[in-house]
Amino acid sequence: MKLTLKIWRQNQGAATGAIKEYPIDGVSSDMSFLEMLDLLNENLVHAGEEPVAFDSDCREGICGMCSLMINGQAHGPEVTTTCQLHMRSFKDGDTITIEPWRSSVFPIVKDLVVDRSAFDRIIQNGGYISVNTGSAPEANAAPVPRPKAQRSFNTATCIGCGACVAACPNGSASLFLGAKITHLGELPQGQPERYERVTSMVAQHDHEGFGGCTNIGECASACPKEIPLDVIAQLNKDLRTAIKQGH
Amino acid sequence: MASSTKDLSGLYATNEASVQKSDDAAGYYTLGENVVDPSAPTGVIADRWTNTKFTNALVNPANRRKLNVIIVGTGLAGGAAAATLGEAGYNVKVFCYQDSPRRAHSIAAQGGINAAKNYKEDGDSVYRLFYDTVKGGDYRARESNVYRLAQESVNIIDQCVAQGVPFAREYGGLLDNRSFGGVQVSRTFYARGQTGQQLLLGAYQALERQVAAGTVEQFTRHEMLEVVIVDGKARGIITRDMVTGAIDTHTADVVVLASGGYSNVYYLSTNAMGSNVTAAWRAHRKGAYMANPCYTQIHPTCIPVTGAHQSKLTLMSESLRNDGRVWVPKKAEDCDKHPSDIAEDDRDYFLERIYPSFGNLVPRDIASRAAKYMCDEGRGVGPQIEEPDGQGGKRMMRRGVYLDLTAAIARLGKDKIEEKYDNLLDMYARITGEDPYQVPMRIYPAVHYVMGGLWVGYDLQTNIEGLYCTGEANFSDHGANRLGASALMQGLSDGYFVLPNTIRDYLAKGPFEEISEDHPAVLQARQEVEERVAKFLSIQGTQTAESFHKQLGHIMWEYCGMERTEEGLKTAIAKIRELKRSFWSDLKVLGKGEELNQDLEKAGRVIDFIELGELMCIDALNRRESCGGHFRAESQTPEGEALRHDDEFAYVAAWGWGGDEGGAQTPVLHKEDLIYTAIEMKQRSYK
Repeated sequence: MKLTLKIWRQNQGAATGAIKEYPIDGVSSDMSFLEMLDLLNENLVHAGEEPVAFDSDCREGICGMCSLMINGQAHGPEVTTTCQLHMRSFKDGDTITIEPWRSSVFPIVKDLVVDRSAFDRIIQNGGYISVNTGSAPEANAAPVPRPKAQRSFNTATCIGCGACVAACPNGSASLFLGAKITHLGELPQGQPERYERVTSMVAQHDHEGFGGCTNIGECASACPKEIPLDVIAQLNKDLRTAIKQGH
Repeated sequence: MASSTKDLSGLYATNEASVQKSDDAAGYYTLGENVVDPSAPTGVIADRWTNTKFTNALVNPANRRKLNVIIVGTGLAGGAAAATLGEAGYNVKVFCYQDSPRRAHSIAAQGGINAAKNYKEDGDSVYRLFYDTVKGGDYRARESNVYRLAQESVNIIDQCVAQGVPFAREYGGLLDNRSFGGVQVSRTFYARGQTGQQLLLGAYQALERQVAAGTVEQFTRHEMLEVVIVDGKARGIITRDMVTGAIDTHTADVVVLASGGYSNVYYLSTNAMGSNVTAAWRAHRKGAYMANPCYTQIHPTCIPVTGAHQSKLTLMSESLRNDGRVWVPKKAEDCDKHPSDIAEDDRDYFLERIYPSFGNLVPRDIASRAAKYMCDEGRGVGPQIEEPDGQGGKRMMRRGVYLDLTAAIARLGKDKIEEKYDNLLDMYARITGEDPYQVPMRIYPAVHYVMGGLWVGYDLQTNIEGLYCTGEANFSDHGANRLGASALMQGLSDGYFVLPNTIRDYLAKGPFEEISEDHPAVLQARQEVEERVAKFLSIQGTQTAESFHKQLGHIMWEYCGMERTEEGLKTAIAKIRELKRSFWSDLKVLGKGEELNQDLEKAGRVIDFIELGELMCIDALNRRESCGGHFRAESQTPEGEALRHDDEFAYVAAWGWGGDEGGAQTPVLHKEDLIYTAIEMKQRSYK
């Protein structure tokens, strides 16, 4: 395949960047999107131009490190991570626009690389169960009904990639937040801290500058792990209860 | 070979000293003193860990905050250790190269974690998990370490459940189990096909809790490039901030490397793109022994390679072999047919045929070799791909075997299969463009996990005082092969339970003399790092770091892959030395050091891989026996199974850095005898 790539280039520390156009040839439909960028970078280095910086690590759809707005969509046209998007989703001759995640809370480091450390700080503010090593009871002492265990698991699969934020017109991280609240809130182990957790995580979310949720649903449709929108309802419900109880 | 002296446990040692008769690697290495683990426990095997925990010195809680610990790596081993040591009250600094500790590659482990809970009452016990692991490792693991691992496995599950890890459950709400390769009991706990992710998030959340509490300081997008050694003791590290390029010094009383495995030496592997050997290799060059580097696990169930563009390989959990049947056509002329057009009678379920008692659940090394032989015979399936023919030319071969879920879907229903494995099958469909519910999956072995790593004693300390190593980065628990679902067990056991109990014995010797940032040893280490970075940028040659990595990968896979020979390994060493010379004269890295520069990062990792590859080949050349993930063609049984030589090689090969004269390493071989008191060494059989 022959393609035209329009890529956001931004020098480190620069206030602004610009879209640059690169033609590329010899792309195979079996390549992943990132392998296509690897090929571009090899070509660029041989031509004496600095390669495009982008993040990736596991390349099997689970670490959450890859990002990219592709033709205006988070992770591109398929519901998956960028590393699992394959070039068979594109046609010979296509023009593809590639930008970094869109959110002022995720500042651009260089080219397509952004800083998502705000997510770590949200987890630091209550996204855990306080259990000291060595003080855990026997694992089967507290049974978890299977439907609850499954809902917990389904929401625990969030990979923290940030696609929900990048896709949201209001830049909200409510899907990320709701996923963690639901994961821990469905388990008996998560109950003692349930309401402190939701208030402190939401406070950190707002403090970081993420927007509020206005129920548009772009987040859930962009989520590569298909975290359902109802985790935001769960988040709001837990938050209301917490406020009522005076947390 | 049995010794006449009884061990304190009242049993005879089955092996006391190995005498190496063959010396294939003569001229490539020098022989050093034997290495003895100074922390090796004695007594009845079941009591060794309990006694160690009791006899190790304690540190008063008020003194802990005066002690500083550095941990490199935030996977299961590093993340769990940082969380636990922070919680205990030590000052911890933790480093990772990713943008968040949650992205460490432990997150990609799919299948499960073993624990001797015996929830199924199917004959499991701590002793059986210990036995299976030592046997699975082809009797090249250290007995005391493995026993401890089996004991702690039970606590790991409790700890993770308490953290909120959503393991699979039965309808009654209790924990579910499944089976893995190499065992006949059901002891593997799992969270669908994303067990590693859930366990890592548990450790990550525990770690972030400590960051919030102020006991742990975390440094993301930082790479450790040198270890600082003062008066023979590890006292800090030199890092590069991957965003600003700043070279920084971090001093501490003790340094823990939890930096993972080095399978990316093969270029294509199931490791993350950033997984590298640099932390361990920098320590090796400063004197830490690298043990059994040639033991590489080839995982039998990966998605086959499709072309030259590929950057990595993706694993399909071997738990699929619980329900999937592995087969190839009986007749080579059927290989290009659609699988559903091949009659039942014309299919060869080769694992069930050759290994009737374990069937599709034979261990990974055995399943991998069997698949390779089927393809070598011309009965592989899938597209033909070009490969070297071993005589300097090329040939077209099919490299794939079927993993067929059809019977399981008919028996259990599609829903049940989806619930058990959903993300795995989705991932397969996405990568290959084929629907595994309709067409049998195609799989082939790929490089996955390394059993070698830095040498450590029972206390997880390397031969450098104050330098510890945990998880996949060390060598101690898996022997020559790793049973499925035991890597997650080792990472968490080391991180939550072992290291915190052994490291305190060392820390109790503190407070240690403070090291200033202008100490000569610190300045020298810093200067080494700065000069290396400057060197990479100054060569201005024509070949990219990426292309050197690819060339190395081809050499390693062809000559030090699934099957090794004396001649092939010697060829590989010569080729690697040539590659090293051309790296230092022809590397091309653009950009600056003082910014995010991914090619610069890559260059540093690739040259460390090249040097490691040379050592792996020397280790493989020396070990003229087959065991687990190391298969020397010269050493096999009449049936083609791995043939060990316990009389010559029942030792750990701990290699010391011997310098790199004129581009050729001459490492120093230190042998540690493997002494079994509780288990008798046997030829492994899974028939």
